[in-house]
Amino acid sequence: MENRSRFTTLIMPPAIYLFLLFLLPLGVMLVFSFRAGTTGAAHNIFTLNNYRAFLENSSFQRLLWRSAGISFTISIISIILAYPIAYYLAFRAGVNKSILMTLIIVPTWTSYLLRIFAWKLMLGSTGVLNSILLSTGIIEQASPILIYSRTAVVVTLIYVWVPFVMLPIFSSLERIDRNLLEAAADLGCASWESFLRVTLPLSMPGVVAGFFFAFIPTLGEFVTPLLVGGAQGSMYGNLIQDQFMRALNWPMGSVMSLAMLAVVFILMFLLTRLGPLSELLEL
Amino acid sequence: MSKIKLPSIGAIYIFLICAVLYAPIILLIIFSFNNGTSLVFPLKGFTLQWYQKLGENAEMLSAVQNSFLIGFGSSLLATILGTMGAIAIARFNLPGRGLFLAVSTMPLVIPYVILGVSLLILFKEVGIPLSAFSAGLAHVIISIPYAMLIVSSRLVGFPNNLEEAAMDLGASYWEALLRVTLPIISPALLAAFLLCFTMSFDEFAIASFLVGTDTTLPVYMYSQLRFPTRLPMVIAMAAIIMTLTMSSMLISEWLRRSGQPPTRK
Amino acid sequence: MTDFAVELRNVTKFYSSGSRAKAEEVSAVRNMDLVIPPGKFFTLLGPSGCGKTTTLRLIAGFEIPTSGEVFIQGKPMTNIPPNKRPVNTVFQNYALFPHMTVLRNVAFGLAIKRKPKEEQDRLAKEALALVQLSEMSDRMPSQLSGGQQQRVALARALVNKPSVLLLDEPLGALDLKLRKAMQIELKHIQEQVGITFVYVTHDQEEALTMSDEIAVMNKGIIQQLGDPHTLYTKPVNQFVAAFIGESNFINTVVQSVENNLALVTVGNETIGATNGHEKLHPGSGSIVTVRPEKIKLSLPDSAPQHALSGKITGLVYIGTDTRYQVTLADGQNVIVRAQNSSGIPTSEFSNGEVVKIYWSPEDARILND
Repeated sequence: MENRSRFTTLIMPPAIYLFLLFLLPLGVMLVFSFRAGTTGAAHNIFTLNNYRAFLENSSFQRLLWRSAGISFTISIISIILAYPIAYYLAFRAGVNKSILMTLIIVPTWTSYLLRIFAWKLMLGSTGVLNSILLSTGIIEQASPILIYSRTAVVVTLIYVWVPFVMLPIFSSLERIDRNLLEAAADLGCASWESFLRVTLPLSMPGVVAGFFFAFIPTLGEFVTPLLVGGAQGSMYGNLIQDQFMRALNWPMGSVMSLAMLAVVFILMFLLTRLGPLSELLEL
Repeated sequence: MSKIKLPSIGAIYIFLICAVLYAPIILLIIFSFNNGTSLVFPLKGFTLQWYQKLGENAEMLSAVQNSFLIGFGSSLLATILGTMGAIAIARFNLPGRGLFLAVSTMPLVIPYVILGVSLLILFKEVGIPLSAFSAGLAHVIISIPYAMLIVSSRLVGFPNNLEEAAMDLGASYWEALLRVTLPIISPALLAAFLLCFTMSFDEFAIASFLVGTDTTLPVYMYSQLRFPTRLPMVIAMAAIIMTLTMSSMLISEWLRRSGQPPTRK
Repeated sequence: MTDFAVELRNVTKFYSSGSRAKAEEVSAVRNMDLVIPPGKFFTLLGPSGCGKTTTLRLIAGFEIPTSGEVFIQGKPMTNIPPNKRPVNTVFQNYALFPHMTVLRNVAFGLAIKRKPKEEQDRLAKEALALVQLSEMSDRMPSQLSGGQQQRVALARALVNKPSVLLLDEPLGALDLKLRKAMQIELKHIQEQVGITFVYVTHDQEEALTMSDEIAVMNKGIIQQLGDPHTLYTKPVNQFVAAFIGESNFINTVVQSVENNLALVTVGNETIGATNGHEKLHPGSGSIVTVRPEKIKLSLPDSAPQHALSGKITGLVYIGTDTRYQVTLADGQNVIVRAQNSSGIPTSEFSNGEVVKIYWSPEDARILND
């Protein structure tokens, strides 16, 4: 009984805060999705029109899937780029490990907005990449493809997320008992076989965590598309932001937000229910 | 294994990654010293004018002040709430623990844009005016999971029989927490606070929905990105903040390391 | 060609320790020559840091010697990586793959050799039967007790039918009772499969129980190689005598040498000892070692001619034996263990009593150092 009251006393303040400012807003948003009017001011109307409109407008859905696809691409490429960094730090860096780790994390301490903006300078038609390409004669006139495109969004967000994706992969690699790798060699594995059969499966939790680290924030992105994406690189997050900040159709925006949440939850569900991923990788 | 000192493929790869990671930042810093308003090459000569003009920009200074206040307040509250939650889940296995754990870590997997708009709806509905303060309330939500994770990983690192020892010596449970547990986990509390502060200080997406007519530094910066002539000054400000962040992070990292014996690996 | 299971020729291994700035080389194994005969239970015994684990890792291939050569079954292996050596290891912490079932762990080596799936499963099940874990094959390693994990590790290594099985303190993490049972079982399994076992331990009792042959190591050097009985009865130096069992070391002066027997003096009394020293001169100082249970106590007047006088300064009853501490005339202390004939303390001697101690010359040895 004593424990019960201590537990309750400790847990109540954070629980109440989370309820009021996290769960309640999500609930209110759900209620709003059934309302009408630009800011949902009509309290007494219950309508499914917003859902109908969302389902009937295939461009909304297409943008959602395309954004999910972009986020997926960003996450996968980030993992592919980050894994060798994490591997090098965990297994090869030796005494330089913490210095290299700091070196890779430091850029993330710069303002997020400015890091993205810097890519606008890098990719822009008067930017660094174009200048290099022009001066080396690889291209003859400034290429506009580099900026205001979906590729620009992907490149910029990969830049932003590689260090964060690297962290969970690194910590799962660090946790692998080095004896297991010796055991694999002892039982006849060449080094690539040890990697495929032991290191990679055991680092999968870190890879999955890294995937979510990148996937969830990029799915909700609206700033990067605004800065470097242009009309071509617009994402689903921009659609939601427009509904709230410009079009002022909050109920519609709520439906769109819930659709995005559904995508996130379905993906989480799939990735955690597929069973231990490591087992799937067993040949 | 080999004694030959050729850089390995791995080392070359790390070098390239670092080059790419730093290039955009170095580019920004170069432009903050460039004597020209447009951010294009060729450079127009060295100047400190953008740094000197910072002090005259009242709007920017008030944005910085707002960001500090929000960052400080939200991190303090998130650290307190996160610590309470962390102690509850690390020390008790009672009904409600699982539910609390699920809810408190959920903000980690929800895109910020959704957190922002849902709070926007709530504040409008309840009649809370939008301000820097309301943005701060939202920052507590995204900070709680991080604070909890940092503190609870520290709590599982030491046995709870220290609390029992304190109680055996006559302390009440709450005295034991205050006099034994909290001092032991104080480095984790500081680390949690610093991380939450850094996140809040740099957060744009949620704040952009909730600040109303107030500005935070990221919100101000975003508004200035459309006016190229003001950019060098924004970049100068960011360079100063980056330098401060880096030195404080490096100092705290150094303090953390020097506080413990060197690890042998 | 020789048919030794393992041969090390003049092997030295340095580790560089410390930061690069002040690199400092620590030798783990120094100029080691070692021959391990096939089919034997061979033990590397020594205190921690003596180089025994490094020796094992040199045989496994996890370490490459700084100089010298390694042969396994007569074939040079010095620079062959671990995955290409005909040896398998049972690791100290078992090193079972946490993401695989017990059966897949045991079949791992066979899978790497691309054996057909049915053969993998059949051989792995046989190996599990050998260690009496047949019913555990579908469990994950985390669901097993420490003793069971240890058996899985053993099965995983044995299933590959290695020429040599290397065991790195495999019983170290088990509790005493389980450890004793596993010692007997391991020895039994070794006799059953007939594979050469190279076993590393710091526990001298364990080594004596299980081994056909033991190499006692200290500071990277093999101090003595021999079967358990020889090591116990004829230790070549103070380290071996002290490390295996309990021993007295008595400072003496050599009086006379005759063949392999010598007379030594302590104070002004003389006593006989076996000469284990190569060059012994009358008048030189020497250390005599003698096991406590080989020393006899008597009253001063009933002692034989060669005996040392002393006084009992301590006495502890320990069940079957009584342990006496006898202080000799020159102040040296000697421990004597006397058996209690009927299980009750004989109390033949009491504290403070003046006594004489003596032994047969073949039970005492003059040491090399």
